[in-house]
Amino acid sequence: MTAVQTATDTILEVNDLKTYIFTRAATVKAVDGISFNLRKGETLGIVGESGCGKTMTALSLLRLVPKPAGRIVEGEIVLNGEDILQKSEDEMRDVRGRQISMILQDPQTSLNPVFTIGNQLREALGIAHRENKSSMLSRAVDALRKVNVAAPERRLDDYPHQMSGGMKQRVVGAIAMSCEPGVIIADEPTTALDVTIQLQYLRLLKEIQAETGLAIIFITHDFGVVARMCDRVAVMYAGRIIEQGDVRDIFSRPAHPYTQALINSVPKLEQSVDRLYSIDGQPPLLSNLPEGCRFAPRCPYVSDQCYEAYPQSYTLNEGHYADCWALDADWQGTPIEEFVPPTGTAG
Amino acid sequence: MAVATNNDALLEVRNLKKYFPVTKGLILMKTIGYVQAVDGISFSIKQGETVGLVGESGCGKTTTSKLLLRLENPTEGDILLEGRDINTFRGAELQDYRTTVQAVFQDPWSSLSPRMRVRDIVSEPLVVNRNVTTQEKNERVAEVLQQVGLHAQQATNYPHEFSGGQRQRIAVASALVSYPKLIVLDEPVSALDVSIRAQVMNLLKDLQEQYNVSYLLIAHNLATVRYMAHETAVMYLGQIVEYAETEELYNNALHPYTRALFSAALPSHPDLIREDIVLQGEVPSPINPPSGCRFHPRCPFAMPQCSEEAPVEKEVSPGHRVSCHLY
Ligand SMILES: Nc1ncnc2c1ncn2[C@@H]1O[C@H](COP(=O)(O)OP(=O)(O)OP(=O)(O)O)[C@@H](O)[C@H]1O
Ligand SMILES: Nc1ncnc2c1ncn2[C@@H]1O[C@H](COP(=O)(O)OP(=O)(O)O)[C@@H](O)[C@H]1O
Ligand code: SF4
Ligand code: SF4
Ligand SMILES: [Mg+2]
Ligand SMILES: [Mg+2]
Repeated sequence: MTAVQTATDTILEVNDLKTYIFTRAATVKAVDGISFNLRKGETLGIVGESGCGKTMTALSLLRLVPKPAGRIVEGEIVLNGEDILQKSEDEMRDVRGRQISMILQDPQTSLNPVFTIGNQLREALGIAHRENKSSMLSRAVDALRKVNVAAPERRLDDYPHQMSGGMKQRVVGAIAMSCEPGVIIADEPTTALDVTIQLQYLRLLKEIQAETGLAIIFITHDFGVVARMCDRVAVMYAGRIIEQGDVRDIFSRPAHPYTQALINSVPKLEQSVDRLYSIDGQPPLLSNLPEGCRFAPRCPYVSDQCYEAYPQSYTLNEGHYADCWALDADWQGTPIEEFVPPTGTAG
Repeated sequence: MAVATNNDALLEVRNLKKYFPVTKGLILMKTIGYVQAVDGISFSIKQGETVGLVGESGCGKTTTSKLLLRLENPTEGDILLEGRDINTFRGAELQDYRTTVQAVFQDPWSSLSPRMRVRDIVSEPLVVNRNVTTQEKNERVAEVLQQVGLHAQQATNYPHEFSGGQRQRIAVASALVSYPKLIVLDEPVSALDVSIRAQVMNLLKDLQEQYNVSYLLIAHNLATVRYMAHETAVMYLGQIVEYAETEELYNNALHPYTRALFSAALPSHPDLIREDIVLQGEVPSPINPPSGCRFHPRCPFAMPQCSEEAPVEKEVSPGHRVSCHLY
């Protein structure tokens, strides 16, 4: 299948999305003006430190931000040509599962321990299809078969605790994909799994994607998952996307000091590293954001300019943008050092 | 028991086995078989060095670490600390051993007692075993907290007041407080945020350099093991199938299982995806492990003899051992 990708292939477009959480003490700007596009069949990785707003972004795309404290305060989420922020709660129920769906952060807890796998699958299928029992049963078996669960008829009566971690993960995947959505958001679905089981799962997702043209948003801490799975990457820091681009641009020519620091802080499988870069300090509180660049207190290249205003977005390459003053032609501070990408021989 | 030992080894493990009985029935429990969780492993850890232990879940890594910590007794085999068999230790000697060998576990959220102050958590290995004055205790706690990059004043805080990375530092401080010679690290960074993993790994390496402490590092992430370990053992179904200096192993992996693990590990760059061997299925049950080479049902190179004869370990180059009929 060699689909020519054009602008009309866009399945999801997010424009200047802001999701805030209003607590008694403060306003948490969990997502603070992010924009990105997703094409059919494309995989976008969202990476960033804990608490930077990745899960809140995902929940916003499903309109499942925790109520009443959380609220989408601004922006557009255009899914299949329609802004879902204009839809009613009733209309959203048809969008979820059928157009966009989510695989949760922890497959162990996202299955209900007191119901059988068959029960949970039928429920997922039933909500969207409103079909009769027997056809739902055969659809449940099909859904399990699609994610390579052996002898699916017999698995339907199993409870989650009777399954291995890898199997549970595939069941969660089956539930998310049961209604053939165009977009799936996988929020760290592979942590705590063996490398072998993780790879089986990642390959399965790729196969399903090749067959169905599914678009995937991978939310992860693991640059290995990004390198293996993604076409494009968005790096989040303190509620903003500070850099995004083609996966090769991000790994070979990261432009933002934060992206460079993150990539340099990960040990490499293919080469020995003398010392890992470690980023000191912590990200700012999202309830008390600094004026200028949010990375300034931890940035090795910081200069006065950075504290004054949030940096502009600079285009480095087609589709590769970064928000950092050091990329400006008139920059007066320390130049960003040349990044050395990992080397090694493939195969 | 007279035992000849490897000179520069701090700890030596010889033909270690741990079988757990599998029972049936509630009242008259009948043993119907054994889980061969650890089945005849040998390796040694040099002073000031790290041995990495890798393999899929259920292959016996945690059981190995429990045997080293004397939380389990071996079915067979010896563990020698500086030439002395630890399973003969009783009373004061055993208490001494427990301060000499410490552990840091994966989850910094559940491994620290929430109702205890940092000072009491960190000093636990000290007060359990020795008569120390409060002043000595407080001084030592202040010292180790600084060594792991925390403030001495934070001794009076509770665990929930710290971030994940800081909690793991508290766990490391507690493991260090009794001047141990060996620390077992069971997935010490996998529960931490990316940006903090590097801090904790660098800290562990720095402490090793300064205090010459040895580590047994258990980790899923093969890149982490490459960064931390001097030597690496690959385990499959209770056995060590390959063992070598880390650089040798990562440049010249021989055993099909090792090669499969490396194939499955995620790349550090999109142009470095390998996956020449893709393992299907999961690790079979260690209750009735496969005959011959235990890896044969999943091995892409299996030959007729592999299901009949267990391979004998062979030293293919100095310090590089592999158990496979191909070599
Ligand atoms: N119910 C809530 N009330 C107040 N603040 C919240 C709530 N849920 C999330 N937050 C805050 O919103 C911010 C973004 O959270 P989010 O869950 O999106 O982070 P994340 O990037 O997914 O992190 P992780 O990698 O740890 O999953 C965090 O600062 C978090 O503390
Ligand atoms: N206390 C126990 N009783 C019975 N079986 C056990 C016990 N502890 C571990 N096992 C079994 O021994 C095998 C090895 O387990 P473990 O050492 O925890 O592996 P790993 O840490 O490599 O995942 C597994 O099959 C496990 O189920
Ligand atoms: S804008 Fe300034 S502080 Fe921010 S990342 Fe760029 S150089 Fe660093
Ligand atoms: S002994 Fe045979 S089955 Fe076992 S790893 Fe070697 S080739 Fe594969
Ligand atoms: Mg999250
Ligand atoms: Mg374990």
